Amino acid sequence: MELTLWTYEGPPHVGAMRIATSMEGVHYVLHAPQGDTYADLLFTMIERRDRRPPVTYTTFQARDLGGDTAELVKRSINDAVERFQPEALLVGESCTAELIQDQPGALAAGMDLGGIPVVSLDLPAYSKKENWGAAETFYQLVRALLKPQLPPPGAAKPSPARWRQEGRRPRVNLLGPTLLGFRCRDDILEISRLLGEHGIDVTVVAPLGARPADLLRIPSADANVCLYPEVAGPVCNWLERSFGMPVVRSVPIGIGATGDFLREVTSLLEMDTKAIAAATNAEAEQRSRLPWYSRSVDSTYLTGKRVFIFGDATHAIAAARIASRELGFQVVGLGSYSREQARDVRAAAKELDLEALITDDYLVVERAMAEAAPELVLGTQMERHSAKRLGIPCAVISTPLHVQDVPARTSPQMGWEGANVIFDTWVHPLMMGLEEHLITMFRHDFEFTEGHRSHLGGAPAGAGLEAYGAAGAKEPTTGAATLAETTTGSATATAVASAATAVATAAPAAALAENGLHWSPDGEAELAKIPFFVRGKARRNAESFARAQGLDRIDAETLYEAKAHFSR
Amino acid sequence: MRESGQREVFCGLTSIVWLHRRMPDAFFLVVGSRTCAHLVQSAAGVMIFAEPRFGTAILGERDLAGLADANEELDRLVRDLLERRPEIRTLFLVGSCPSEVIKLDLGKAAERLNGQLAGRVRVLNYSGSGIETTFTQGEDQALLAMQPLMPPSDEPQLLIVGTLADPVEDRLVDLFGRMGIERVRSLPPRRSTELPPVGRGTKVLLAQPFLSATARALQARGAELITAPYPFGVEGSRLWMQAAATACGLAPAAIEAVLAPLVERGRRAVAPHREVLAGKRLVLMPDSQLELSLARFLHQECGMELVEVGTPYLDRQLLAQELALLPAGTVITEGQDVERQLERVRAARPDLVVCGLGLANPLEAEGIATKWSIELVFSPIHGCDQAGDLAELFSRPLRRRNLLQFS
Repeated sequence: MELTLWTYEGPPHVGAMRIATSMEGVHYVLHAPQGDTYADLLFTMIERRDRRPPVTYTTFQARDLGGDTAELVKRSINDAVERFQPEALLVGESCTAELIQDQPGALAAGMDLGGIPVVSLDLPAYSKKENWGAAETFYQLVRALLKPQLPPPGAAKPSPARWRQEGRRPRVNLLGPTLLGFRCRDDILEISRLLGEHGIDVTVVAPLGARPADLLRIPSADANVCLYPEVAGPVCNWLERSFGMPVVRSVPIGIGATGDFLREVTSLLEMDTKAIAAATNAEAEQRSRLPWYSRSVDSTYLTGKRVFIFGDATHAIAAARIASRELGFQVVGLGSYSREQARDVRAAAKELDLEALITDDYLVVERAMAEAAPELVLGTQMERHSAKRLGIPCAVISTPLHVQDVPARTSPQMGWEGANVIFDTWVHPLMMGLEEHLITMFRHDFEFTEGHRSHLGGAPAGAGLEAYGAAGAKEPTTGAATLAETTTGSATATAVASAATAVATAAPAAALAENGLHWSPDGEAELAKIPFFVRGKARRNAESFARAQGLDRIDAETLYEAKAHFSR
Repeated sequence: MRESGQREVFCGLTSIVWLHRRMPDAFFLVVGSRTCAHLVQSAAGVMIFAEPRFGTAILGERDLAGLADANEELDRLVRDLLERRPEIRTLFLVGSCPSEVIKLDLGKAAERLNGQLAGRVRVLNYSGSGIETTFTQGEDQALLAMQPLMPPSDEPQLLIVGTLADPVEDRLVDLFGRMGIERVRSLPPRRSTELPPVGRGTKVLLAQPFLSATARALQARGAELITAPYPFGVEGSRLWMQAAATACGLAPAAIEAVLAPLVERGRRAVAPHREVLAGKRLVLMPDSQLELSLARFLHQECGMELVEVGTPYLDRQLLAQELALLPAGTVITEGQDVERQLERVRAARPDLVVCGLGLANPLEAEGIATKWSIELVFSPIHGCDQAGDLAELFSRPLRRRNLLQFS
């Protein structure tokens, strides 16, 4: 038993719904009690879908439990097949149905459904979560549909260069994009275009937008691109084992990773890799503004900015690479809620001399964030809220999806254009470079008020951090807690504003710091002269310096000693 | 008409969203699955809280394997939680579909924990499971669980039962006071430990039509149930207040003196919305159990034509007065087969459909205007003073459609 106040991932059957709803011609019969239909609104509200998810729920109630729930399952399957005439049927159960053991998959298998493929889903609701459920469903569906095409054991692997003999362009499948995934809609446009420019066609994009008939064409491609490992990992592995299809595993988020992706896909397909290797660097400069913007002088102020990163594994790992190598940030925290990909996240963290934070407890993430004292947070919508409470700017990089993460404009994360989007999204929450200089220059002028923080608003960073200890557990009592939160921005804004106020009005930190350190009056006075946006950092540095030196009192001299110590 | 099939409604857990706001010193702990946690967070906008006062004890495989372990685990989790949240005075253990199916006895658990906590925190339990409760019935079950703790007293009082927004409650208490009713109390109270008494002198005035079990339990304690339409719209609110004041023995003149200006002003506030809504055809899908009262208001005061009024279940006794005010021949459907109901909606092409969030955008995409019903349980809509706001919730989607031009 585990206490959960909020969860990054839903149950595994919601993952199955993501696969069914992403596709056309697939229907999902879900044995589930009344109330589980709430999941429909994730699609109709967050994704603004114009159709209900293709899901029929049995919505059983207590009175049904006395009778024959198996009969209810069969009736629901029959009705759904008759009404929706799907090209493939998924049958499964949610957590409660798992306990009553009606085995809807076996029931469906025993029914005459006119020969449509039926896939029975076994998604353990008490041990697995949403992304696992999506990956398992996609794998089971593809496997069931491709069974008749399985090559005999021992058959020769198809050559990834057969396109040459066949006198056509090489072609790949893009696997893994789904509804409720982060910017999948726009990523597949960007990556399809990018591949097309390099002479590579896309055969099947799945599950998003695919029909069962499209899945049957998967083996006709020369390779699979595992675009979202959380969803497509198992199916790509199976296609590699069973059909000998090579897998492109570089995820093209960021300049370096997009280059890696192009090099990997072209070398797998035995294309002219030398020419492409030479071209990608020039192409990055031509097609993306990120490299130049990052070198341009205004970006100097980005140097060493402390960033804290948390999200799904794919986006968190990509963000760490972009932040550290392509923007010159210092990554001070890296973590993920994707336990299935924890190993990859740990490896990425190790490269940055960090210990990865693998957890699905947002309060643990918030505490780690506060301790890391970042200047920018890259996280999920939950980290956006946590960062707001701490007064730290934040950009959202990962699911779970919020209506704000489905923008009207095309806004990919992948490829060259994705890198442009990322530059803007991450840099805009920060104070602009020139503005930061001006504030430093003019801070003694009387017009300059303490707490000035550009047009971006929010509580001053230092105040938020200092107040954390006092107000971290406080909750606003005035925020409008309505369903509108998940679905509209305005309710969020007002509620969050009140949350920010609650934190900002908390008592300032006392002169007595943690671990018995004292600030002398002249030390406090000197600290107050430091611009507020670096004051928090100066305070922390001075305190850690004092502790290291075994001092229990921090005066102005200690502050200058610490400054000298840390500037080395 | 009765229908059965797929029901597109929330389960009773959803009512935690407004109950926890009403009682800031209470914590609602769902004992259930990841689905329960996901449902409540999807319905409640949990992210705005530093730490919400509701959560889910998610059952794992080990808990399913042995109930003894599950009970121990629950005790441990509750101890940790209360240590972390010392301000909590009442803890509700909320049963869910999985906890009901595995027969985890939360009543016993509450008893055990009450013993351990020795009065520091009161532990109550009720079921909000989808197999037992539909959406707003969760509040009925929560209030029912609080009932045994209400002290006995035969002193005369008017007891308003059902969660109201705090400002609306203040306003109603003030208005009843002006009429001459001295003691007006509420269930649930604002502080979970300050439960109102109940006894022979208690007149129960239901603010919500979905509190059947609570009403019966209070009647069993000697309270008298006031029958009236519910306080939605000017007419409903007028009759509701009038019935309460009459039951408390007030003279008609004293009642009328307070009500007349309210009614006049309320009608003025509704009038501009009536212009938008009059003659428009309306379907209400089953959802919050407020459907009959809203249909009565939208027909009687806003001039809408009722095509179909759906309700998850029909308590004929509690809704007798509402049924009497609906026009003869109104199509009322109890229960749901969502696919067939949508077919009827498509065939009838109403001007407005009141429905849940899972259905709203799909219907809008088919060209049918909708109003999300969930807003009705979160917004202050009770009383004469709110009648204009209530009408506005329905006229806005229609006004908006007239406003938008893309050519």
